[in-house]
Amino acid sequence: MLEFRKDLFAAERDDNLNVVGKGAQRQDMPGHVTGRSPFFDDHAFEGLLHLKVVRSPHHHARIRHIDTSAAERAPGVKRVLRGADVPVNKNTLLSLINFGKDDEPTLAVSKVSYKGEPVVAIIAETEHQALAARALVRVDYEVIPHVFDVEEALKPGAPVVNETYPNNYFDYHDRYDHSKLRFGDVERAFAGADFIVDDRYQMSPIEHAPTETNGSIAAPEQNDRFVVHSCAQGLFFSLGTAAKILNLESNRLHFVGGTVGGGFGGKVDSLTEPLSILGAMMTGQPVRYVLDREEEMLYGSPRGAERIYIKDGIMRDGRIVARRIRSYFDAGAYTRLSSYAAIKCTAHLPGPYTIPNVSADIYVAYTNRCPSTAMRGFGITAVDFALEVHMDKGAEACGMDPMEFRILNAYRDGDMKAHRRVAKNTALIECVQVVADKTGWPLSDQARRQSSLTGGGGARADIPATVLDDNGRIGRPETRTGPVTETLPAGTMRIPMTKQPIMEGSAEARPTPPAVPQYEPYRPTPPANQPAYQPQPYQPTPTAPPPTQAAPPSPPSAPPPASAPPTQHGAVRFSSVFGTRRR
Amino acid sequence: MARHRGRGMASVNYPIGMNLGGDPSQALIHSNPDGKFTVALSAIDLGQGMKQVTRQVAAETLGVPMEDVYVDTADSDTGPHDMGSFASRGTHRMGNAVIAAAREARGVLLEAAAEELEVNAGDLVTDGRGNIHVKGAPSRSITVKATAQAAQFKQGKTIAGRGIFLIPLSTVDPQTGEMNPNTAFAHASLVADVEVDDETGEVTVLKMASAYELGRAINPKMVEQQLVGGAWMGISHALYETPEPYYPDPSHGPRDFNEYLMPGPGDIAPYSITVLERPAPDGPFGGKGPGEMCANPVLPAIANAVYNAVGVRVNDLPITPEKILRGIKANGGARPQPRRGGG
Repeated sequence: MLEFRKDLFAAERDDNLNVVGKGAQRQDMPGHVTGRSPFFDDHAFEGLLHLKVVRSPHHHARIRHIDTSAAERAPGVKRVLRGADVPVNKNTLLSLINFGKDDEPTLAVSKVSYKGEPVVAIIAETEHQALAARALVRVDYEVIPHVFDVEEALKPGAPVVNETYPNNYFDYHDRYDHSKLRFGDVERAFAGADFIVDDRYQMSPIEHAPTETNGSIAAPEQNDRFVVHSCAQGLFFSLGTAAKILNLESNRLHFVGGTVGGGFGGKVDSLTEPLSILGAMMTGQPVRYVLDREEEMLYGSPRGAERIYIKDGIMRDGRIVARRIRSYFDAGAYTRLSSYAAIKCTAHLPGPYTIPNVSADIYVAYTNRCPSTAMRGFGITAVDFALEVHMDKGAEACGMDPMEFRILNAYRDGDMKAHRRVAKNTALIECVQVVADKTGWPLSDQARRQSSLTGGGGARADIPATVLDDNGRIGRPETRTGPVTETLPAGTMRIPMTKQPIMEGSAEARPTPPAVPQYEPYRPTPPANQPAYQPQPYQPTPTAPPPTQAAPPSPPSAPPPASAPPTQHGAVRFSSVFGTRRR
Repeated sequence: MARHRGRGMASVNYPIGMNLGGDPSQALIHSNPDGKFTVALSAIDLGQGMKQVTRQVAAETLGVPMEDVYVDTADSDTGPHDMGSFASRGTHRMGNAVIAAAREARGVLLEAAAEELEVNAGDLVTDGRGNIHVKGAPSRSITVKATAQAAQFKQGKTIAGRGIFLIPLSTVDPQTGEMNPNTAFAHASLVADVEVDDETGEVTVLKMASAYELGRAINPKMVEQQLVGGAWMGISHALYETPEPYYPDPSHGPRDFNEYLMPGPGDIAPYSITVLERPAPDGPFGGKGPGEMCANPVLPAIANAVYNAVGVRVNDLPITPEKILRGIKANGGARPQPRRGGG
């Protein structure tokens, strides 16, 4: 059941709208409910071939030798692909935004770093033949020690999971083994706090479990192009990734998709597209590569595990005065998107609360398991679980009601956040009040009177003097703890603010830009002499002046031309802003 | 041995779109000669309703009936660049790109109508029913259809528009983490009522109630669909799912839906949702996006409710009967906490 509270924030809203706000039936609903919406696997091709991969049976092993001769001779086999057949056999997904180093092969060559890592691809006339030939591939492995625990992986002497990051952590800013957040002085605040609440949280991996498993069909198109029916969550993201791995100009790829049977973040990685296109290039025939359910479950890249430590300093009156967080993203064997999630998590801390002293160290650790990837709430869901259970403990420690405790500490318009930007457009307090009302959860009059619109800013907008440290310099694990190096004066900001666009429909956007006249409600009028359809004979008007248009407000400026090296194909690369520059 | 009821709550916020910008979306819109509009996108509809949200945003901005707009996703030959459907960015980023494209197309539409009506384009309004008329004078009107006919066959105008929305790239200070992250935040608070069996450790979610602040519910039915589906996923994350039940030990991994634990239809709890709308200054008609956050408050609210019921804090997800029973045993029995009002 869903209801609205239109009375709240009504002054900030223009509700004089025609279509927006209406619960209209979806455009694609008839196709979905009659089973006629075409998904990637609903495309039939003459001579369709099937691709299956041989996966590592070991968590961590060197590859001594691969023998595919028997598989190549097996019935129906058209082609066997190995790492050497992949034009650019090392990639990292976020190279599309120039973030991180290429660390993951499409087909493993000298080493496997997780159980299930693809080593060889078989292309055959039928799925059954591909599976039969897969069993004939002989790979000689030398098993080496593995590591599964994020904190074990970061200890000196742990097995090296990913040679691109030989210390088993992602390098931030070419400088630190973790992403840092520093605001105020947590240690001093802990010393003055009445209560300390300290605990550890762990989220296990989670499978996206989409109804439609990952897959794609690639086929040679006319004029030396390839059409790719894809279930990608980012069509150009996948196109760019495939173009880079296959060393193709992006306009030789024609991606078709857009109707996807569930993704939840698990279809950002382009798990199948590069190999199905490579298969089509090598055989000249359409190639289908679809994960079966077991592959999707075990090797379709899950939501990664996160381990989170939280320490709060709380005063007797319920104010949280300090929060320190240390957390570990389990990336699995390769980076995929974990490096980005850690930055997102850093910006999210300390949650929707105004806390004057905050410190966070967020690590991305490599372990010998299937690489994890984005999933609904990436970088946020696990830490929100930890923070909100911790809030419950904090309320208990100082003897407050959990809702009152949250309202007391909630961020409000005008408050400074730990990443040194002012909060606005906040509404946490109102959400708590509304849910208290509807569940009969008793709130004090004082808590009921609070508002996100008032009480923020002022001293709460100050950036405190902040102690800095040089802990965690890359390559020196013994530096994970160390002395304060300097104190940044109060009010210090180092990063220019980004200009924020303002759109119509919000209070700040008024008056409405002239190019978008207000909706004027329909008033029935006699049709007069205006028939609905007035076919006009075709009258070419070659001498007509060029059409003049109402000048729309200029759209945000496009990014500057990419300065990518000329050998790099795929989508436009933006310049690097965080983490390690690509080599 | 008994069943204990418990109640827990959580409150969260959620950043909309890719952190740190560098996050563009593009849209193209054009009209056919009958005044029917096509929106061409490379955005992905993975069930969340991208096509319908952008359809309503386009119709609203163009000032035409929703039925006269069709959204086409996704073909890389015709749909212009978009980063993708993730990070709760679809409604916000693509919605804004569609507004920009629709504004441009609307500008030409009104110019063409003005030429036919021999008035100033600035004096024209749309009624959302397929007519364009002089403001305050509905009888001086022309249909969108007739306008498109005239533009195509008589005036030689293209009723079309291009739109891009870009949150510019930002950087991060390595020492402090200072940055310009997302610009829009959605909010939620949720109360979960559970029952915990202290003999089996089993948790039953009895009911849930939430308040979500989403900027603008562009299509309330689809908001409901997201929030209900996401809450189910939240229950599942909290109590059932994981491919590594003894993480970091990777053994005992499930291979299919028979082995991968998820709640069934009988485990779905009654759920009451209240929507608040505080428009985001940079959102399409103020819209933010409930796509990802809808599971987030469910997990801690259930964990806190379990504690309220039997006095066991389970800090490791998922909250399995085994973990609850071990906690009850360590505590020397269930320790129900004070009941909370209304539970």
